[in-house]
Amino acid sequence: MLTCKEVSKLVSLALDRRLPLNKRMAVRLHLLVCKMCSRYQQQLKFIHRAARDYYSRLDSDDDRLAVELGSEARKKITDTLRREQ
Amino acid sequence: MPKTSDPETWVSQYGDYLFRYAVLRVKDENLAEDLVQETLLAALRARDRFKGTSSEKTWLVAILKHKIIDLLFRSHGEVQVDDIERAADTTEDRFDDSGHWKTQLGNWGNPEKALEDSEFWRVFTRCVEKLRPPMADVFILRELQNLSGKDLCNVLNISTTNNAWVLLSRARMRMRECLESNWFNKSDGNES
Repeated sequence: MLTCKEVSKLVSLALDRRLPLNKRMAVRLHLLVCKMCSRYQQQLKFIHRAARDYYSRLDSDDDRLAVELGSEARKKITDTLRREQ
Repeated sequence: MPKTSDPETWVSQYGDYLFRYAVLRVKDENLAEDLVQETLLAALRARDRFKGTSSEKTWLVAILKHKIIDLLFRSHGEVQVDDIERAADTTEDRFDDSGHWKTQLGNWGNPEKALEDSEFWRVFTRCVEKLRPPMADVFILRELQNLSGKDLCNVLNISTTNNAWVLLSRARMRMRECLESNWFNKSDGNES
């Protein structure tokens, strides 16, 4: 039987690559009986999904991450582009 | 031939978006501004090659991603064995000698609803920012930018993919703890 410590690494790894069958079975078995590790797996999956969502939420009409390009930088970049054209 | 829009309008159309994209990664507003400028300059020079198969915004973001990866590649010394060992060590901390969790993991209930909450994303950003350098880079490149394990190792100069997975596993564990103490425990705090 795998320990929680081992399972914590494997459920993370499983988000990145396919585990070999014997590992997959062993993890599944452990998760069946271990509430903490099931939680851990669910929470890592959630973080994984949320992270993938992150950049799609950077749209300008979304003020969740409201940082803006300062007016000086705006002017500087516009000028640089103009010179380059 | 598909054409880009007038470059004169790029800063007002995409400036904020690209800036936000860059600033999380580089954590330095001046550097992020430079990246936006470099991206738009590169786009201007490559304007003839814009194929129009993706939107202009997607095209610009792809250029910015390369700029960010270049920057990381140039600025990154080799990830030290120390960093990897330290990451592994701190993972050990969370478990007792027989490999069981030392502390209970919180119940997050239905976490999906957090995704609709702007404050959650602020907490999420802060948690990413709090990760220490090799872990932050691994987390951002893999989770946010979806780089493969092999590319991850090349960009960050990590010797084996196995080491990358150790760092990533650790980064995810830190993120979990950070989100739990700054968001999930907070919002459910009164229910016990």
